[in-house]
Amino acid sequence: MSLDPATLAAILAMATATLATRLAGAFLVRRMTLSPRLERALNTVPPAVLMAVVAPTALATGLAETTACALTAIAALRLPMLAAAGLGVATVAVLRAVGL
Amino acid sequence: MTMTTRRSEMVAGMRTIVPMVVAVAPIGLVFGAVAVGKGLSPLEALAMSALVFAGGSQFVAMDLWTDPPAWAALGFAALLVNLRLILMSASLERALARFSPIQKFFAFAFMADENWALAEARGRRMVLTPAFYFGLSLPFYGMWLISTAAGALLGAVIGDTRPLGLDFAFPAVFIVLLMGFWKGRETGLVLAASASAAIVTHALLPGAWYIAAGALAGLAVSLISFKQERVA
Repeated sequence: MSLDPATLAAILAMATATLATRLAGAFLVRRMTLSPRLERALNTVPPAVLMAVVAPTALATGLAETTACALTAIAALRLPMLAAAGLGVATVAVLRAVGL
Repeated sequence: MTMTTRRSEMVAGMRTIVPMVVAVAPIGLVFGAVAVGKGLSPLEALAMSALVFAGGSQFVAMDLWTDPPAWAALGFAALLVNLRLILMSASLERALARFSPIQKFFAFAFMADENWALAEARGRRMVLTPAFYFGLSLPFYGMWLISTAAGALLGAVIGDTRPLGLDFAFPAVFIVLLMGFWKGRETGLVLAASASAAIVTHALLPGAWYIAAGALAGLAVSLISFKQERVA
């Protein structure tokens, strides 16, 4: 088991940069008085980020993934999270197994 | 807060994160195996997962990895890939009223897409407690480390987990959470903008740029639609 100094330097650079992004948003918000407009815009960050994360899977991967995403969304209206997500995983496994 | 409520909040957080903990294991295994393939020692792979704790930027770093590694380029790449965390922490900060300054620091240090999304969803429905948040975060972080180490030590032994559909657990949970954030027409516009920007960026650029692009497009639509309402 070795820890090379150059590798450690690279890891620390990545860690510092990532920690900076994690703290920066909160730091800025704490020092600003948020206008109603900005407040409302920040409220859209969670859905916008989640949509962006799932978009390639939902719309540009394959028929199995697109179908499973649609089913999961519909199931989420009625079922608790674990059941809806489990249904999505099972759907994608079955559809891939039949070669979709 | 009493000891028992704190414990029940923590247990509730740990229960909520279970699907994410299961789903992150294969990703950590792959990361560990890829890192060793790039010439990192298992200890170095584990150190990266422990200190960076951001899967997207760790995989990007493996793409850019040279011997010796170019630390400035790798640090800059991590900064760019993780720009979305700035928006995420700005949004989450407003749900952390019950956190002390030290608790806030650790809350942000351990913030990843998965625990952040679940914490935001909790914060919309009830008060987000530190016990719930760290109940979410610590098992997830722990599994990221364990699976990285296992992947680095076992290497190519791991088979393909795609037939099990485990890779779909993240999108599935994210979609369920997404439905919970729906608030009418404006959300529809934000989601359409975010999805379009993400798809186009995903097709054009490698890495995790598409997430930042989608987030910014959604934010822009929200800012513009508010202005129009004022004028109307």
